[in-house]
Amino acid sequence: MIDLIAKSAAEGLLPVTIGTMTLTELPLRKMHSIAPFKGAEVSAALKKATGVSLPDTGRATAKDDVEILWTARGQYFLIGATPPKLPAAITDQSDAWCSVVLSGESAPQVMARVCPLDLGQMGEGDVARSLVGHMTAIIVKRADGFEIMVFRAFAKTLTHELREVMVSVTAQAALPE
Amino acid sequence: MRINCPICGDRDRREFYYLGASDYLNRPAEGDLDAIHKYLHIRENPAGVTKDLWHHEAGCSSWLVVERNVSTHEILGVELASEVAK
Repeated sequence: MIDLIAKSAAEGLLPVTIGTMTLTELPLRKMHSIAPFKGAEVSAALKKATGVSLPDTGRATAKDDVEILWTARGQYFLIGATPPKLPAAITDQSDAWCSVVLSGESAPQVMARVCPLDLGQMGEGDVARSLVGHMTAIIVKRADGFEIMVFRAFAKTLTHELREVMVSVTAQAALPE
Repeated sequence: MRINCPICGDRDRREFYYLGASDYLNRPAEGDLDAIHKYLHIRENPAGVTKDLWHHEAGCSSWLVVERNVSTHEILGVELASEVAK
């Protein structure tokens, strides 16, 4: 039996610290997308099986290591647990995404340059689908910064784009008045 | 240009994909060739208020009916296509 080497999406690229900001990769976790069938009620069953019920639009719910993110109209991501049998379309998304956290004092300025969202209006636990550069992304506001999720194949592009802006924002902050 | 998505809120135009006139919601019965021809090819082209289908592609993936004035770029209303088609 061959032993395969498991590599994270941004292996060898992160973490990176530039100026006051740090970009780190989050470890890959078990993740499933859940799209309830029309009119189906899945929240109670999920709560019973995982301890977490479905969040409102644009929000996340969490308990211990399990989290559910709202990710689109009628679609949720269950992270850190295996979903029970539900009247919903369930797809395994584990390993399919690259998840990074951008933290630090100037993180909002960096995001403002790559993302069209009004991030000042986002509070902790708010989730939005939007763009980072030309990539479609899931953005979650965390206590220590922004979590950004993109398709795994975009890991290198995401790291590159954010790095460029982190360097630029830091350089501009160092300019004399 | 910004579109106020009923699900996500006020968002930048680059998150949306434009399809065309909201006439696409009124699909004629099968076999009615004249109606199908009209449905596919005949469009009003007003220098004023139009209703179009937009997809919130980089957002919640909802189809929206956006009423806007093509002369002034003013957006007059946004509704979920699923509500309009009911």
